[in-house]
Amino acid sequence: MNPAGSIVFFTTASGAGYGLLFWLGLLRPLGLVPGQGLVALALALLLITAGLLSSTLHLGNPQRAWRAVSQWRSSWLSREGVAAILTYIPALLLGLALWVDAPALALAAGLLAAAGAVATVYCTAMIYASLKPIRQWHHPLVVPGYLALSAFSGAVLLAMLAAFAGGGAVPALLAILTGAGALLLKRAYWQAIDTAPPIATIESATTLGFIGKTRPLEPPHTEQNYLLREMGFRIARKHAAKLRLIAQGAGFALPVLLALLALLLGGMPAALALSLGAVLALGGLLIERWLMFAEATHTVMLYYRG
Amino acid sequence: MTCLPQPVPGAKKLGLVIDLDTCVGCQACATNCKEWNASGHSAPLPDLRPYSAGAEGVWFNRVHSYEAGEGAAGRTVHFPRSCLHCENAACVTVCPTGASYKRAEDGIVLVDHDTCIGCGLCAWACPYGAREMDEDAGVMKKCTLCVDRIYNETIPEAQRQPACVLACPTKARHFGDLGDPESAVGQLVRERGGQPLMPELGYQPVNSYLPPRNRSSLAATPEEAAPTEIKNPLLRWMDRVLSR
Ligand code: SF4
Ligand code: SF4
Ligand code: SF4
Repeated sequence: MNPAGSIVFFTTASGAGYGLLFWLGLLRPLGLVPGQGLVALALALLLITAGLLSSTLHLGNPQRAWRAVSQWRSSWLSREGVAAILTYIPALLLGLALWVDAPALALAAGLLAAAGAVATVYCTAMIYASLKPIRQWHHPLVVPGYLALSAFSGAVLLAMLAAFAGGGAVPALLAILTGAGALLLKRAYWQAIDTAPPIATIESATTLGFIGKTRPLEPPHTEQNYLLREMGFRIARKHAAKLRLIAQGAGFALPVLLALLALLLGGMPAALALSLGAVLALGGLLIERWLMFAEATHTVMLYYRG
Repeated sequence: MTCLPQPVPGAKKLGLVIDLDTCVGCQACATNCKEWNASGHSAPLPDLRPYSAGAEGVWFNRVHSYEAGEGAAGRTVHFPRSCLHCENAACVTVCPTGASYKRAEDGIVLVDHDTCIGCGLCAWACPYGAREMDEDAGVMKKCTLCVDRIYNETIPEAQRQPACVLACPTKARHFGDLGDPESAVGQLVRERGGQPLMPELGYQPVNSYLPPRNRSSLAATPEEAAPTEIKNPLLRWMDRVLSR
């Protein structure tokens, strides 16, 4: 599948934003995050909004985007839109509560915002996980993967901000745990999609299996088309292997190590270590999200390539 | 509304039956489809760079060719691919705007180009590659089953058939109600053992593909006359001379 830049950016940025909102909503009312928390909230909303706006760039008719919230009864994309919009309400209320220092409101709004963040990321993941023609997406580890990546990138960002505000071991600890968890999950996912059998074959796609092995002879057209551009994107195996290594190292292992280091160091060095960790994590995640598309294959290519 | 209509037993399911035995891969169906639909329900069907290198465009019907089997048992099969108007059409349910829909009255799957946002999700959800984006207008386009011909009272009744069906020189394409086992297409599917494409994905395509008939038993063996059987005296003499 073609890794459209706007969508890769959207899942990375919004994923991190919702992760940050989730942890802030849960931890700030409990007093586990130092400082007021308004900076973290602003960063979360900035990432979420930038991501959502970027995702509309991918549309053929962005001015009609409002129509996309109408079909929540059947469409995960529509549900994602509804969840994303609804989540703004408790998120902004949380901001208000933190601003005027109203702990009861902060607790309620924080919990609701956290729930909204989970719901939105879950809907995003289901858009992909519900697509049967793409076996790498229609996989039970895709939804846990989206949730884990979002939780991890959000935790790293919160740990960084908390370190700048002077302490707060809990977010750094969470970054370590979610990072290790996300890495394990991702490795299990890669292992699974590498060994899974195809969901369909050129024989079942053409009904010709009863004659024998089938192979394409003449293509239906000699130039490109939308299908080949959108669904025919292929990445060389050796590049995929390298990119997976980079994503694992830069995206997960190094940020986790840096968070460990930050726990030991404390103070300004911790803040710097976690800043580097956050940059690496987001960069690694961009690669990982890009791979998520580049490695996915669509059944329509059976007709073109066999 | 992008929920699928409730399945009703005996409901009309309009679709195509494609005979892989007689299709000669001439591209007439694809060409006539493009011609009709360039000005029909889903008009226009744009072309990008139509007069220069890399010309491409939106087509609702693409004719592939395959080789199946080996040696004498092998076959070259031409294979037209268009929307199958699936009963369990995920291309419809994934649509966030309601632009993609399946008609309850006859099962035709259509796109409302006034509400489509061009997100492309329906094309991802279609296993068969039956949807192509109109990149000029930013909306999705697909086979309409020639909804603007089959009910069109301004054209002679005999022509109220999809453009591709009318164009086929070998009558490899048939149109009708596949929900009715006694319709002409229903009987054809039963008699010839019509097959769905990629049934394992569960989309329940309405269109059906008739398998190529077995020809290997009919294959003629090349004739080689034995010299004693040569009746013509001149040829018999030549055979003797040449065999020395
Ligand atoms: S062939 Fe594709 S576009 Fe047509 S109804 Fe089936 S899933 Fe939808
Ligand atoms: S491209 Fe248009 S028809 Fe297809 S899912 Fe998006 S809005 Fe619906
Ligand atoms: S039914 Fe009409 S729109 Fe569909 S492939 Fe045939 S000619 Fe094209």
